[in-house]
Amino acid sequence: MSDLPGDLQYTKEHEWLRREDDGSVTVGITDHAQSALGDLVYVELPEEGQELELDGEMAVVESVKAASDVYAPIAGTVVAVNEELGDDPEKINSDPYGDGWIVRMQPADGADDSALMSPDDYQALLDELDA
Amino acid sequence: MGLKTPLHDKHLEAGARVVDFGGWDMPVNYGSQKEEHHAVRRHAGVFDVSHMTIVDLEGDRCQDFLRYLLANDVARVTEPGKAMYTCMLNEQGGVIDDLIVYFFEPTSYRLVVNAATREKDLAWIVKHAEAFDVDVRERAELAMLAVQGPKARDLAAPLVDSQYREQALALKPFTSLEAGSLFVARTGYTGEDGWEIVLPAADAPAAWDRLLAAGVQPCGLGARDTLRLEAAMNLYGNDMDDEVSPLDAGLGWTVAWEPADRDFIGREPLEARRERGGPRFVGLVLEDKGVLRSHQRIVVEGLGDGEITSGGFSPTIERSIALARVPAGDYEHAKVDIRGALKDVRIVKTPFVRNGQIRIDV
Repeated sequence: MSDLPGDLQYTKEHEWLRREDDGSVTVGITDHAQSALGDLVYVELPEEGQELELDGEMAVVESVKAASDVYAPIAGTVVAVNEELGDDPEKINSDPYGDGWIVRMQPADGADDSALMSPDDYQALLDELDA
Repeated sequence: MGLKTPLHDKHLEAGARVVDFGGWDMPVNYGSQKEEHHAVRRHAGVFDVSHMTIVDLEGDRCQDFLRYLLANDVARVTEPGKAMYTCMLNEQGGVIDDLIVYFFEPTSYRLVVNAATREKDLAWIVKHAEAFDVDVRERAELAMLAVQGPKARDLAAPLVDSQYREQALALKPFTSLEAGSLFVARTGYTGEDGWEIVLPAADAPAAWDRLLAAGVQPCGLGARDTLRLEAAMNLYGNDMDDEVSPLDAGLGWTVAWEPADRDFIGREPLEARRERGGPRFVGLVLEDKGVLRSHQRIVVEGLGDGEITSGGFSPTIERSIALARVPAGDYEHAKVDIRGALKDVRIVKTPFVRNGQIRIDV
């Protein structure tokens, strides 16, 4: 079963987003996503400073099974990437909401966040997928 | 809702993630695919391969029939129980399927063919069997377990009735034995030692439970794919299909050219292909970070492009490896196009891994 932290926002593409105190956001993929992908073996990260559009390709996560795009859940600039995933992509499997974070972004001014979901709405989406 | 094997409930019990595979609901993994993979390389794992199609053939002219139907020559197999790997070709020399044929006697053979190709295989076999008056019987009432790994035979031996056990443990690679209600073959698709066990569907769940209780790891199709890739064993539909000849898929060794007067389906176009030459079929190791996947483009400077037919991450080597069809020529280095970036690959002699040991330089 997926375990959904209550302080995050979610996308229908199974990314999560956490709003940090300094106004930046941290982004990763959900427990549901890592479980569906299986053991991760490689993560392709964006460059720091790279500007991303909403739903633009942000990273690629590759598991033993498949490659999957990770999309930017909000428009903005990449301010940090999780370099540790280079040597240990399985951090995403073992701790998707913590050590397995992927990118930190500074959202663009007035960035559209209307499609982000609350934990309850995302849980409803997962329930629908299970049904 | 797909077809279900007799072990479907057992898979759910073991926590399987189930996917569609050729119309069957099959476990892709039960937890960590990498752990399943390592269990087979280091200890023992069990795969439900009951979706595969078992076909028994009987008839006075059965041997003649198979010498015509198959690209390898069943007349080379004379020891009862001996198995042979072969392709079944169409009239253009393309591969309808790859399969294992077991010899019992010249009037009696067993074929094990792929699940996804079941219908076209059966239609083809039945169509050509008629002229030889050979009886074709699909054995859908049987289940099949592949128990693989260095400890596999020891841990599976208690499933065999004691009066046959010693004989079963003495089986040489690529031989088989009727052991009461079980059919035991020392074959597999992982590059490890082990057995494939055919048994009545009703007995399969109990056999599964006993193997798991003995410490054998349940393994899904995911691990089966990475294991066979490391062993450089072809996968039908990826590495070859109806449009690809065995000579273009690294399977020239399975074609019996001698005796030259043996007429088999596809022989003529295959001989023409042999004369004319064609692409190489090679093993690749990615020198960079990333993952090789099927259909990625291989670029060989001055010679043209090739394509990966099977690729993935090797849990044993901890590098990405692949099988690929590439332009003819004498070279060791090439590039692969991964999402627009050209990365270095090196051609290596396969298998990549065999019996737990890495066989390539890394």
